Amino acid sequence: MTGATRLRQAVAVARVELRRILFSRRSPALYLVALLPGLLLGARALALAIQGEQRAPDIAGATTAWAVIYQTFVMRFVIFFGCVGVFGNLIRGDVVDKTLHYFFLVPVRRDVLLAGRYVAGLIATTLVFCGSVLACLFLLYLPDGRGPALEYFTNGPGLAQAGGYLGVTILACVGYGGLFAVLGIFLRNPSIAAVGVLGWESINFLLPAFLKRFSVVYYLQSLCPVPVAEGPLAVIAAPASPWVAIPGLLVVTAALLAVGSWKIRRMEIAYTSD
Amino acid sequence: MSIEFAGVSKFYGEVLGVSRISLAIPPGLTSLVGPNGSGKTTLMNLMTGLIQPSRGTISVLGLSPHDPERLFRKVGYCAQHDSFPRGMTGRSFLESFLSIHGYDAAERRRLADAAIEKVGLAAAAHRKVAGYSKGMRQRIKLALALAAEPEVLVLDEPLNGLDPLARSEVIALFREYAAAGRSVIVSSHILHEVDLISDRVIIVRNGSVAAEGEIAGVRSEIESRPHQILVRCDRPETLAARAFEQDHVVEVAMHNDRAGLLVSTRDAEGFYVLLGGLVLDGAIRVESVAPADEDVHAVYRYLVGSDEGVVS
Repeated sequence: MTGATRLRQAVAVARVELRRILFSRRSPALYLVALLPGLLLGARALALAIQGEQRAPDIAGATTAWAVIYQTFVMRFVIFFGCVGVFGNLIRGDVVDKTLHYFFLVPVRRDVLLAGRYVAGLIATTLVFCGSVLACLFLLYLPDGRGPALEYFTNGPGLAQAGGYLGVTILACVGYGGLFAVLGIFLRNPSIAAVGVLGWESINFLLPAFLKRFSVVYYLQSLCPVPVAEGPLAVIAAPASPWVAIPGLLVVTAALLAVGSWKIRRMEIAYTSD
Repeated sequence: MSIEFAGVSKFYGEVLGVSRISLAIPPGLTSLVGPNGSGKTTLMNLMTGLIQPSRGTISVLGLSPHDPERLFRKVGYCAQHDSFPRGMTGRSFLESFLSIHGYDAAERRRLADAAIEKVGLAAAAHRKVAGYSKGMRQRIKLALALAAEPEVLVLDEPLNGLDPLARSEVIALFREYAAAGRSVIVSSHILHEVDLISDRVIIVRNGSVAAEGEIAGVRSEIESRPHQILVRCDRPETLAARAFEQDHVVEVAMHNDRAGLLVSTRDAEGFYVLLGGLVLDGAIRVESVAPADEDVHAVYRYLVGSDEGVVS
């Protein structure tokens, strides 16, 4: 079996899975989650539009508000739960639907199957959440008028910041995706483990510097273009440099997927016990 | 041999699935028969790698079931699970999995068309599988197992849900497949189907192989069990009287129409010699002679001890 054939198989697996993630009965939940920050910023834009001429453009205020919304809501909840739903069901969803055996009965290595599905999950979540972030940025700066917003993006830091948020969004999908893909292979109900992970990620700001390193959110926050104060109780730790955060997340994700590959190769079809 | 099991046991926790199975299945049509829960599906899942043996080794065409990449180029498995990926039509169901095999679009279409045609689903191929009847779902699963034209076809209760016409078509398909020198392994708990389908039978009971081989061969291995021979003749009373004089005859039952006998004997050859002598002497005129129990049902009843869980 050549590498080219395996690649073709992985692409075929990814294509089948991508269709399922984006256009199945579970898809509306993903779109709804991704829509939430847009609804929030849409309501803000509407409220500001009602104020009309009385309000002066406040690009700096909007930038700070978005940093808070992104780091406390979008990253920690929206992307997090989106990844739980998509990646947690990459394998578990087929076990619940009793359809995994079809995929185990084709001449494809099970780790290629996992890789193809992971890539499909990554493409889907990246498309949906990056789309959500872009829509949010549009709604964020819309009330400040076309001129100041355009100026911020063309001559100011707006474009770099937007790129930064998109990059962090992709890395969040990579990291949380790897984690929940593997939890979905090992556990019957990855949602319960996800709640535990959410708790750990939520108290990250209280953790000593050493323990902060064992969370995804620490690296993602370090990469966010606009820092946010974490409150008076937060334990301050130096942010991870991009040279540590990005390769670190990628390496940990690769290690998680290697563990998932090991497990899926030994997996047995026993739907009744699930 | 197509498939070999060497000392294979499978435990589900503390529950025994199959125990110390050693088997060699040659090409042709082989039936796995046994009551529900006897271990048929476990054997099929073991040979296709869906579960792993607790002990022992299995090889299919010399390949390990743990090498799906090579195994499923040669093996197709129609499992018993009646569930399907959501939202797919019959055709897209086949083409999706053929795409994962690595076939290009034209080849996928050709293989899917051929498989759909074989199972007689051409008219319904564009419809969603969710709207299929049980028989149609069974046929589309069969089509998937057949689609890549495997050398070994493993089919778990493949006739479930099929109407009589579809059953005979599918059985003909199995026969055609086996006649081409390939292996078809079919499980069933419906014994008359096994008789219709198989060249060979493997009788499974409580996770063990109770008997295996050609149906007639399996029967002849059971020396202690009397053979049953049906004789239609003009003077059955004469035959019955002479039969009772033989030590090897254990039972004679007269037909209701008094034109035939069912003889149970431990020495079939001896009985045939006696019968031939009576005919030559002109004592009786024989219309027909046939072994009454050389079907898998009789063998099964003897080996398994009852027809529990089995539909005849």
